[in-house]
Amino acid sequence: MQPIISVNNLSKTYDTGFQALKGVNLAINPGEIFALLGPNGAGKTTMISIVCGIVNATQGQVLAGGHDIRREYRAARSMIGLVPQELSTDAFESVLATVSFSRGLFGKPPNPAYIEKLLRDLSLWDKRNSRIMELSGGMKRRVMIAKALSHEPKILFLDEPTAGVDVELRRDMWELVRGLRDNGVTIILTTHYIEEAEEMADRIGVINKGEIVLVEEKHALMEKLGKKQLRLHLQNPLDQIPAELSGLPLELTNEGNELVYTFDSQSEHTGIAGLLRQLNSHGIDFKDLSSRESSLEEIFVNLVRGRS
Amino acid sequence: MNLHGVSALYKFEMARSRRTLMQSIASPVISTSLYFVVFGSAIGSHMTEIDGISYGAFIIPGLMMLALLTQSIANASFGIYMPKFTGTIYEILSAPISHLEMLIGYVGAAATKSIILGLIILLTARFFVTYSVEHPIWMIGFLILTSITFSLFGFIIGVWADGFEKLQLIPLMVITPLTFLGGSFYSIKMLPPFWQTVSLFNPVVYLINGFRWSFYGVSDVNVGISLGMTLVFMAACIAAISWIFKTGYRLKS
Ligand SMILES: Nc1ncnc2c1ncn2[C@@H]1O[C@H](COP(=O)(O)OP(=O)(O)OP(=O)(O)O)[C@@H](O)[C@H]1O
Ligand SMILES: [Mg+2]
Repeated sequence: MQPIISVNNLSKTYDTGFQALKGVNLAINPGEIFALLGPNGAGKTTMISIVCGIVNATQGQVLAGGHDIRREYRAARSMIGLVPQELSTDAFESVLATVSFSRGLFGKPPNPAYIEKLLRDLSLWDKRNSRIMELSGGMKRRVMIAKALSHEPKILFLDEPTAGVDVELRRDMWELVRGLRDNGVTIILTTHYIEEAEEMADRIGVINKGEIVLVEEKHALMEKLGKKQLRLHLQNPLDQIPAELSGLPLELTNEGNELVYTFDSQSEHTGIAGLLRQLNSHGIDFKDLSSRESSLEEIFVNLVRGRS
Repeated sequence: MNLHGVSALYKFEMARSRRTLMQSIASPVISTSLYFVVFGSAIGSHMTEIDGISYGAFIIPGLMMLALLTQSIANASFGIYMPKFTGTIYEILSAPISHLEMLIGYVGAAATKSIILGLIILLTARFFVTYSVEHPIWMIGFLILTSITFSLFGFIIGVWADGFEKLQLIPLMVITPLTFLGGSFYSIKMLPPFWQTVSLFNPVVYLINGFRWSFYGVSDVNVGISLGMTLVFMAACIAAISWIFKTGYRLKS
């Protein structure tokens, strides 16, 4: 499959001398929802800004729909809509005017019916004549989404679309994103809410310190890196893990009341039986036990921590 | 060519000045009227004619120039500074629009406003003095050329400025003094010889005199040089702007 966006050996060094991207390679498939995860300052916004033409790359090449973003910027940019991380809008413009402006700016003839549908889908139609400064933060965010979608892009970048958005609106936004994907729009989003990536994404990329650490299909990622935890609620709290057990992946938490055993769910030999035998022989009793799979968040934190 | 894009930018800028109508149109009209009252009527009645032109009529081209220069710069610099300041520039940079098209949108709107403003001042002057325009085509030509040139200059200032003070700095420190000393209110022939020579290094002298020539057929300097100076300055602004776009100076990191 021909990727809809391909990023090749992309580097960015800012004027300050700081290298925000270090030879990034990435291919986005048409029609997918791709979540880009990474800690603050990892380079997510920098990469998106380069693809959209807001920041100049120091090195490397980006193709959008097969068009070089520099040489064929018109064709490339016409395909792309961007909702940036920062809320920046023209305070005095009306919602309808600013969204219509965006459509024109991207070279599309006016289409009031489309704009109306867009504003209705985003629950902004009632506010169409309000000045943007009169809107709440969540509404402003939706105005920015409407602007990004005003020219019917094939590719949509959402840079932390749900930062500072309430739970209900976040659900609405997920709905909207899925609807767009069903209409063939490719979506690249960044987020700090792992549940969001877990909920939405088809594939996940992790970036850290300007380097892509991993790109994986979401389910595969969770299976591959998924660790299971066995949590033992002890009868009597322990001060420390007995020396004989120190070789095992054990952790004492909750003021010595809980013993957590981490194991690989894929492995043939989980070692649980042996653990229980050993606990028994040391006279450690437990009143309850539970096990669970680690979330994407833990996977992510482990990944980033491991590499830094 | 992204005509929808150019027209969107142009209309956006024009709509902005409609919202600030008081500031864009009314305040220059009021200040021009005050100049006429003070210089034209109060002082002018004690002045002799200059080159056979009544003092009130003599200052019209200079007053228009003063407004054209300051307003072209103010409008164009504000137009590009605001999106940088609020962050909405992201959208313009990410749009499929060429640098030239972007420039036509911003500078075209700023120049349009200045031209309208110049004409309003000309009409306002009618209430105070009688005047004639000897070379109307040239008058309109200078009006348009000056508006575009100084809107280009304003665009550069707007890109360069990283604070509101800097936005005011050049108009206040350079343009206004040069205009006042450039013979808006007097003929440089009225100055002692030494200051006449100094004045010849002031580019605004050429602008004002070229413009005055289109009204009354008189000028302190050669009109060809006036036109040449304007065109040279315009070319310099265009060169600077090409450099800005090529390097992304203060627009893109
Ligand atoms: N204009 C700039 N000049 C200099 N350094 C910059 C500039 N913009 C970003 N950086 C630096 O580049 C690095 C990457 O920034 P970027 O905004 O891409 O991170 P991010 O992954 O989007 O982070 P976050 O999750 O906080 O949004 C940071 O260290 C940042 O300080
Ligand atoms: Mg960011």
